[in-house]
Amino acid sequence: MQPIYMDNNATTACDPAVVAAMLPYFTEQFGNASSIHSFGSRVGKALKEARGQVQSLLGAAHDSEIVFNSCGTEADATAILSALKANPERRTVITTTVEHPAILSLCQWLEKEDCVVHRLRVDGKGRLDLDEYASLLNDRVAIVSAMWANNETGTLFPVEEMAEMAHAQGIPFHTDAVQAVGKVAIDLKKTKIDMLSLSGHKLHAPKGIGVLYVRRNTRFRPLLRGGHQERGRRAGTENSASIVGLGVACGLAQQYMREENTTVKRLRDRLERGILGSVRNAFVNGDTLYRLPNTTSIAFEYVEGEGILLLLNQQGIAASSGSACTSGSLEPSHVLRAMAIPYTAAHGTIRFSLSRYNTAQEVEQVIAAVPPVIAKLRKLSPYWSGDAPLARPEEAFRPDYA
Amino acid sequence: MWDYSDKVREHFFNPRNSGPLDGANGTGDFGSIKCGDALRLMLRVNPETEVIDDARFQTFGCGSAIASSSALTEIIKGKTLDEALRVSNQDIADYLDGLPPEKMHCSVMGREALQAAVADYRGESWKDDHEEGELICKCFAIDTVMIEDTVRANSLRTIEEVANYTKAGGGCSACHEKIEDILIAVNGRLYAREVKPTRAPVASSGTPDMPKLTNYQRIRRIEETLEEIRPLLQREHGDVTLVEIDGRNIYVELSGACQGCAMQAATLGGVQQKLSETLGELVQVLPIAPLVRA
Repeated sequence: MQPIYMDNNATTACDPAVVAAMLPYFTEQFGNASSIHSFGSRVGKALKEARGQVQSLLGAAHDSEIVFNSCGTEADATAILSALKANPERRTVITTTVEHPAILSLCQWLEKEDCVVHRLRVDGKGRLDLDEYASLLNDRVAIVSAMWANNETGTLFPVEEMAEMAHAQGIPFHTDAVQAVGKVAIDLKKTKIDMLSLSGHKLHAPKGIGVLYVRRNTRFRPLLRGGHQERGRRAGTENSASIVGLGVACGLAQQYMREENTTVKRLRDRLERGILGSVRNAFVNGDTLYRLPNTTSIAFEYVEGEGILLLLNQQGIAASSGSACTSGSLEPSHVLRAMAIPYTAAHGTIRFSLSRYNTAQEVEQVIAAVPPVIAKLRKLSPYWSGDAPLARPEEAFRPDYA
Repeated sequence: MWDYSDKVREHFFNPRNSGPLDGANGTGDFGSIKCGDALRLMLRVNPETEVIDDARFQTFGCGSAIASSSALTEIIKGKTLDEALRVSNQDIADYLDGLPPEKMHCSVMGREALQAAVADYRGESWKDDHEEGELICKCFAIDTVMIEDTVRANSLRTIEEVANYTKAGGGCSACHEKIEDILIAVNGRLYAREVKPTRAPVASSGTPDMPKLTNYQRIRRIEETLEEIRPLLQREHGDVTLVEIDGRNIYVELSGACQGCAMQAATLGGVQQKLSETLGELVQVLPIAPLVRA
């Protein structure tokens, strides 16, 4: 059976056109873009073209605002550390409780380095309280960093509005847009966003390539110093093949933006309704009115996610879970916990994230595959009896624990 | 995903002995819903011979939790209770051809549920003394709680000592930053006091050092100080009881809401500071597991 891949928020398949465009840069186009000779200059031209393609997808005013680097994590770290170094008298960072670990782990470390970190809370649907946000903006804040779209639930944050609010107080604004780029129309020149992170492998480019957008005139301090690559803002020989691949992927993303928000969205909606229609005690996490078109996060109560994934994987279906057990930590997803999803549902949450490569037939196959998997695990569950949960399940099963 | 053995996968996909057990006369519920793993183990024990005639399980948990539960029931069926109680969590892991270090707790959970089920059959009360935290050392599967407790109990000061006592950090060394964080978190206050005593030298004012207390005075003073603190804890529905004094180690039992509370470390830290101040010496306040009351 053909495997069905519905884990595109984790990573995507490289588009064949991307791979084709990259191949020459592993063979005859091996030059160093910095070299004066023809080997180098041809590569230099290709990088310039790619920079323009990224600029176009992001709606950036200048192509020099695009800084290539190695990944989304590097882009996030560069943005936050740059803001702190550029404004050493400001030691406060504002972010949210539901960011990617690229931001949260860095912030946790910054606290040890005597920074103050405010993490904005979210409500049950994963939405921010902008009044709380407004109350925290002051001249001690070095940077605000909020994700454009949540990787687990797809919930969108109003980052353009948040950037305006920060800007009004003279605070730089960064957004981790790794999940949003290519799925949400972005026109940076019309916003007050100062920095934005993107990651190639989330939009059908290869792994190992990322971008930090840095608005012209943003006070900036590089993470890596060395050669003059990226105008001195990110030293290190360019990953030319991947940059070229990312450029092509950005061109394709622009071309398919409409499809993402129509065809892919319809597939996602069909999948979601199909599953909820045939599995009881299941619900969607996050803000269903304001989220990515490709993502659905479904909580299956009284079962644990890893078991679901293993059984789906047995049938060739790839998804991911919000459960603890797939990440190596004991707590379930910090995103679901921040939304106060009960443990019995958070552990049983599965994220399906689609792409333009998914088909209606695949969606139907998944809709057919999920109910028996959940039923099988519920049969093992101490909270379940027959085809329904026990009456007052949390009282019927109360395990001892130190 | 996890590198599960074929045996683990097989027991997950085809679990043995799952579902409710009719006529069960010993049941053990154990695990943590917060951590996403919990199981109910049901035994039918022959009262004449104490042989486990049948065992079944229901598990809310990941692949290896379900496989460990399945393995456990297979291992203990046909054994007497005393034989079954000798089954260790390592036996369960071995039966499955091993578990990833992050998943060893699944086998521990199985063993604890077995103890609970046997206690239930025998009409005894059972209190587990098992607690686990974030996995720190992936080479030897050692978690925060284990490291913290060992650092506290043995006054460890270096990564090397932690490795010698717990094995944590003795492998790939990638976890050394986290171990250092634990050392600082546990010892922080003590370090600070040793390096920079908060009590200024008294030579200039000519007042004598705090007089040395007799053992009796010292115990009385510890008791009095705890009595002062208790109302504060009781207001939060918790309590603290003095259990033992051994040199500079003062063992207390936290009960009520304090027990298992996320703020337990902070509470103990506060008690320790107060006692150190009133006694005029550095003491360590250590928690002990709640006593099983007859």
